[in-house]
Amino acid sequence: MEAEDIKRATWRMAHEIIERNQGLEGVVLVGLQTGGVWLAADIASALNEIEGVEPPLGTLDVAFHRDDIGLRPLLPEAPTNIPFNLDGQAVVIVDDVLYTGRTIRAALDALNSYGRPRTVQLAVMVDRGHRELPIRPDFVGKNLPTRRDEMVDAHRDGIDLGEIVK
Amino acid sequence: MSTVIKGGLVIDQTGERNGDVVVEDGRVVAVGPDLSGDEVLDASGCVVAPGFVDIHAHLRQPGAEEAETIETGSWAAVRGGYSAVVAMPNTNPPIDCAAVVQEVLALGRLAPCDVYTSGAITVGRKGEQLAPMAEMAALGVRLFTDDGRGVQEAGLMRRAMEYAAGLGVVLAQHCEVDSLAAGGHMHEGEWSSRLGIPGVPAEAEELMVMRDIALSRFTGAPIHFQHLSTRGSIAMVRAAREAGLEVTAEAATHHFTLTDEACASYDPVFKVNPPLRPADDRDAVREGLADGAVDAIATDHAPHSPDTKEMPFDQAPPGMLGLETALALALTELNLPLAEVVGLLTWQPAAIAGLKGVHGAPIAPDGPANLCVFDPNETWTVDPDALASRSRNTPYAGRQVRGRVRHTIVGGRPVLVDQEMRP
Amino acid sequence: MKHLLSINDLGAEGIDEVCRLADHFTEVSQRPIPKVPALRGKTVAMLFYEDSTRTRLSFEVAARRLSADVMGFSVSASSVNKGESVRDTVATVSAMGPDAIVVRHRSAGVPQQTAAWTDASVINAGDGWHEHPTQALLDCYTIRDRLGSVAGRRIVIVGDIKHSRVARSCVMAFTVLGAKVTLVAPPTLLPPEVGSWPVDISFSLDAVLSDCDVVYGLRVQKERQSEALLPSLREYTAQWGLTAARAARLHPDALVMHPGPVNRGVEIAPEVLDQPNATLNEQVRHGVAVRMAVLYLLLAADPDLRPEGAGT
Repeated sequence: MEAEDIKRATWRMAHEIIERNQGLEGVVLVGLQTGGVWLAADIASALNEIEGVEPPLGTLDVAFHRDDIGLRPLLPEAPTNIPFNLDGQAVVIVDDVLYTGRTIRAALDALNSYGRPRTVQLAVMVDRGHRELPIRPDFVGKNLPTRRDEMVDAHRDGIDLGEIVK
Repeated sequence: MSTVIKGGLVIDQTGERNGDVVVEDGRVVAVGPDLSGDEVLDASGCVVAPGFVDIHAHLRQPGAEEAETIETGSWAAVRGGYSAVVAMPNTNPPIDCAAVVQEVLALGRLAPCDVYTSGAITVGRKGEQLAPMAEMAALGVRLFTDDGRGVQEAGLMRRAMEYAAGLGVVLAQHCEVDSLAAGGHMHEGEWSSRLGIPGVPAEAEELMVMRDIALSRFTGAPIHFQHLSTRGSIAMVRAAREAGLEVTAEAATHHFTLTDEACASYDPVFKVNPPLRPADDRDAVREGLADGAVDAIATDHAPHSPDTKEMPFDQAPPGMLGLETALALALTELNLPLAEVVGLLTWQPAAIAGLKGVHGAPIAPDGPANLCVFDPNETWTVDPDALASRSRNTPYAGRQVRGRVRHTIVGGRPVLVDQEMRP
Repeated sequence: MKHLLSINDLGAEGIDEVCRLADHFTEVSQRPIPKVPALRGKTVAMLFYEDSTRTRLSFEVAARRLSADVMGFSVSASSVNKGESVRDTVATVSAMGPDAIVVRHRSAGVPQQTAAWTDASVINAGDGWHEHPTQALLDCYTIRDRLGSVAGRRIVIVGDIKHSRVARSCVMAFTVLGAKVTLVAPPTLLPPEVGSWPVDISFSLDAVLSDCDVVYGLRVQKERQSEALLPSLREYTAQWGLTAARAARLHPDALVMHPGPVNRGVEIAPEVLDQPNATLNEQVRHGVAVRMAVLYLLLAADPDLRPEGAGT
């Protein structure tokens, strides 16, 4: 995928978010640190261009909510900033790549400490499969079948596929 | 039955010579080449010296038998090459009257080495009232000290010195001015400052050394200084001797081996009184031993059972083991000729404790058979669990040292043979 | 890092890491539900041999906000009063399997000894005159929060330095981060050989007041009078107290800090404590985030943990 494809997918997801929520009333975006933050910002500006409304945008680092704390050294990488109440909102979690689903589980857990959303939806640029939890995305840029030993990196300029260096 | 010590280098106050030594009925009967006896003790590569004399050992009996007894302490002494130890009086009850002296001497008669005792200068070591020194002297006590504490009152110390001079006994001082030392648990300096441990300044020791030198000049009585630990103390003693005063001094093995930096571990095994000092003071102790300002190496052997020593640093009692490591530390740390090390361990302390002629005597026919045979070159590693002492509080665990006692003979009886205790 | 016994265990990099992590926990503390599951299943034992309200509470709140279980140990109600040794108590507490033991003791070195007697991580919550590393960390965090950084700041610490574990930890932390520290105290309240410390010394608060970014007051105890270290508290306040008149000479942005509890009117005048540049309450608040950071760092971010089962 090239930069143009990423942009098109971003716009498509923005449209789908509007469609699903029948507008942007009560919709807030939360980008996961660090890979989901750029995508959340891009979706937010697409939504703004389409609807003329910029939805509230937050960032979330899920390190403290992960289920592998104690199994490996885990430090948060970037700030969490959710300067709005989530009670009754439609929260769209945004991440770059969806893989095992464990990050999303951690994010769902984290969101609980900010209130009780009306609904939580998930937008990802790439769904690479290999889920380990019953989690599925609501909005997907691209479904990309991968092997477990591959590494997937999604950014504004495209998607990189590589071997895990061991 | 006779015992021959074969193939060693004999070192005593009269000099050095190669030769075998034959011992019979508690006396040396012959010294010379190619001698024989009923039992042969191999001394090849070894020094044959008079048995060592420790004028500063805490044997803990009566009162703290869980830490050491006169018996276990004596075995530790024998393992260290000692044929005589002088017990310190800070027992419970303290050795401050004839009854306790008799008890200690009676227990000592069952011990593998000769056990002498010091007596307290003041009743209960409280520094208030003179102890009955004459009745203790009559039982053979030659050294009086309140060790563990210094006699704080100058006036009382003056009277004690005058009284002791009349009895022909020597006062030994643990130099520490309480009002400066109170509450301190290690040397006051850079390390105590960093570690947040209340300190004891060098001056707490030096002030009392200074005072007692003045009192010795004033009363004409001799004074012995115990476990000197600072450059200032040793310089004052050196000057006093040059001025012709009857002043003697001992240094403890740990004060020429360790420094206050060891306390950074917060391990109370390094807590001792007087405290470990900085490197400059340690070097001064070495210099004092080398140039004769300090007469004797003492152990200040101070056993403590693990449960009393495994405490917060400031709550643990001071003191460390010393009898079984003294020779090795002297040989490893001091860099002195063998004969000088032997002198510091034998005839020099024997003279201070009034044991001359019995211990530290020349190895010659009809001399006393109190002997020690050691290999000055054997290296070994200190293992607390291998010590004969009842306690384990050696600060040298795991340390590699050089010089090891092979045989010890007390009153003609081999009590340590090839490092094995022979009860 | 397994234990936090001294600021030395951290170094500049470690202090920075704690502060960065504390930023995250400050955010957690501001959430409607200020709690994360990070240390779920971990147990933190509190072994306080000395009275303490703020430190102990702060550690307990920190542990609970991380979802750790807290094992309280109150000296008065325990076998310590029956003569149990520290070593035996540590063995007993350890047998209950805590992941961390937070120790406060009136004797220097007890946390270091404790570390040798247990498999748990040991955190020094104050030992004698020696150290109080988490206090220094929260102070660094407070200065960083207010002034942007500790590096290059001129920090005056005034009071009973000699008997202060806070002073020892703060001096190490501030200087290793590049601050210039001046100790101000009557000579009787300075530690021995203070010349070996990486600080400047002044006997006059007035001489250094107008030229500093932080004045850090330490508690002065009444007992110092009976120990002949001070003639009287009145004289102390006159010479070394941060009175309103002295506070007026401070740079307007200069911070007034104190580890608490304050002897109002002795070390610092009550009206100075109410000024906006007095950070005492912030210090307490930051204490929770900083202690969460320390607990998290020791129990969850140990680089010795083997990476496994990692997934996005």
